[in-house]
Amino acid sequence: MEKDIREDIAWAQINKDVLKSLESPRRLYWVILLIALAMIGVAVGSEIYQYTTGMGVSNKNNSHVWSLYIATFIFWIGMSHSGTLLSAILHLMHADWRKPIYRFAEAMTTFSLMTAGLFVMVHLGRLWQVYYVMPYPNERWVWPNFQSPLVWDMFAIATYLSSSVLFLYVGMIPDLAICRDNIHAGWRKKLYTIMSLGWEGTDRQWRNFRITYLTIACFLIPLAVSVHSIVASDFAMSNMPGWHVTSFPPYFVAGALYSGCAAIITLFIILRYVFRFEEYMTLPIMKKLVRLTFAIAMVWTYLNLIEFASVWYGHDQTAKDQLIFKATGPYAPYFWAMIFFGSILPLMLAFKRFQTHLPILFVVSILLNVGMWLERWMIISPSFAHGHYPWTWDHDQWPSLVQWGIVFGSFGWFTLLFMVFCKVFPSVSMYEVKEMVYHRTLALKHKPAVKGDY
Amino acid sequence: MSITNLLTNWSDFRQQHPSAAHPHREYKWAMSIDLDSCTGCNACSVACYAENNLPVVGKEKFAHGHSHHWMRIERYWDNDGREFADQGAQFLPMLCQHCESAPCETVCPVGATNHTADGLNSQVYNRCVGSRYCNANCPYKVRYFNWYNYPTTENVWPEPMNQQLNPDLSVRSKGVMEKCTFCVQRLRASMNDARTQGRLVIDGEVQTACQQVCPTGAITFGNLVDPSAKVGKQWKQQQVDLNIDKQPKDAEEKAAKLRGYRILEELRTYPSVMYLEQLRESAV
Repeated sequence: MEKDIREDIAWAQINKDVLKSLESPRRLYWVILLIALAMIGVAVGSEIYQYTTGMGVSNKNNSHVWSLYIATFIFWIGMSHSGTLLSAILHLMHADWRKPIYRFAEAMTTFSLMTAGLFVMVHLGRLWQVYYVMPYPNERWVWPNFQSPLVWDMFAIATYLSSSVLFLYVGMIPDLAICRDNIHAGWRKKLYTIMSLGWEGTDRQWRNFRITYLTIACFLIPLAVSVHSIVASDFAMSNMPGWHVTSFPPYFVAGALYSGCAAIITLFIILRYVFRFEEYMTLPIMKKLVRLTFAIAMVWTYLNLIEFASVWYGHDQTAKDQLIFKATGPYAPYFWAMIFFGSILPLMLAFKRFQTHLPILFVVSILLNVGMWLERWMIISPSFAHGHYPWTWDHDQWPSLVQWGIVFGSFGWFTLLFMVFCKVFPSVSMYEVKEMVYHRTLALKHKPAVKGDY
Repeated sequence: MSITNLLTNWSDFRQQHPSAAHPHREYKWAMSIDLDSCTGCNACSVACYAENNLPVVGKEKFAHGHSHHWMRIERYWDNDGREFADQGAQFLPMLCQHCESAPCETVCPVGATNHTADGLNSQVYNRCVGSRYCNANCPYKVRYFNWYNYPTTENVWPEPMNQQLNPDLSVRSKGVMEKCTFCVQRLRASMNDARTQGRLVIDGEVQTACQQVCPTGAITFGNLVDPSAKVGKQWKQQQVDLNIDKQPKDAEEKAAKLRGYRILEELRTYPSVMYLEQLRESAV
């Protein structure tokens, strides 16, 4: 069996390679950063316009009250699940191939949650009153409505965000100490000194570290599953045709892992190229990642089919009409694009020759996420366009440029956060990669003097 | 609720109607609309605009679906075999159904929409954060969002038109959901009057704006608890019960005799508005 990474890399070499990614960026970095900032500028401009003029500029209307903001919100929440999958679930399963790639996946989790959180606010008609959703002591004892899935959402996202930040940070402490020891002056030295919490690598510290890391991992897994189940409840708990589906929570969780894995493939290829991480982000690891993505894609496809089948054979004529509308009406091109990108295209990943073909994987992984974004949109909009009440059917509603601008800008915001992270913190876990080569290092150390002495 | 109680009585609990747990003792405001009398003249809609400070949003915004007609006249066509197309027009005045088990109430994250003791589905403008979940979950789509800031930036009531605003209720600003209130300001005024005189509101003492202006008297409004109220008599006559979701009319043999029905009853929303079916020419 081929090894995930070359096992004769020296520990010092690992430090050197990874720390190199923290050095002054090349010009391309600044160019991309500027583009990301420009994208954020578009979104901020759109939001300011929407904030001052009113929600009407987003071109939603009275029967079609939710649109791209909620769709993109689910998309970003979904993206955040892959980090937990790779770090926590695979950590518990001792799948060592996760080690070189989980750090950036976890960062992705945190940053996509931060992006998703913004969409909740952008969506609100009275953004300035957003704190009403939180239970806070007030003189009139007015509480949020605990029956509402949106309140559950608020709790779920807040908990998930805080714990995934904690998980990311705790997992980074030994690496931060390496950074601290290798940098001798400047703000970085101060930052790493504070953040590494006096890490010296003693046995006691390692033991506490392991226990802490494992505890948070165990805490995070049910949390991640519940977060997307709760997001699914926003729809499953309502009575809209096309939303009122019992299988939504597992379907959403599968979709979340799916789009997250696809995003990891994309970022894997970018980081491997940009930081020259060929030694760590290797093709055997990519192969495993691609197979995982393929498996999840098939689970997602299965749950999708189940959803259609249960609507089709169900007794609810309105939901059935809505499904037919989705597949044949004005949304048909997007619906079938979603089926193609989400279910047909990933079949490619089953073939060995594509599993390590990086340029193809790069394009495919982006297209998979396009498909997953379309899926979220196809959950939201067609239900409003063709709901219970025929008089309010609106088949022509199209999101305005303000909505598209904010959605577009969110990708810039995510890119910005991620790029800053990659330059400030090590995006490959040094200490865990060292664990992967540890046995080999030991063996080399005790190499017998005479050949064949074993 | 203990766990054993929950397990043994779960199905009872599921079947329980909200007003069985909290029965309406003094008031339950309800309406009936006779579609046979409705001529589709839109007077009710106009009266609603005047009474409830609804912004007239203009042609362009109306076309975008940003209108605020709490009371709207829906027009449907049944032209089969008619000599003149216009004969086939049918009208349905649609307003908030004040569901006893309202889907909008459970989903509001901040509890801005609630059920009152007298059976209204209330909307607290000051509490609303504008998540629009209530509209998403409303099967009738009778909730209207303030997509723009109509009183100020849109200036829909330029001087001196602001003088005609109804002082009994607020003017809503942007980002707030609103909907038909059954003219709650009128209800509260007459209920307070009655209370100071130590009695209940008499049938006919209070009218909603739409009912008041309807030239054919198609709209009846009143207290369903009051046995002498006209609306209660109509409900009884049509054998429509507030607390059930399948009425006798749904049985085929009675369908020809009974005219009363409630819209989308199968969703178990228990609406407070009963419609009287239009008499078909074939039935006359």
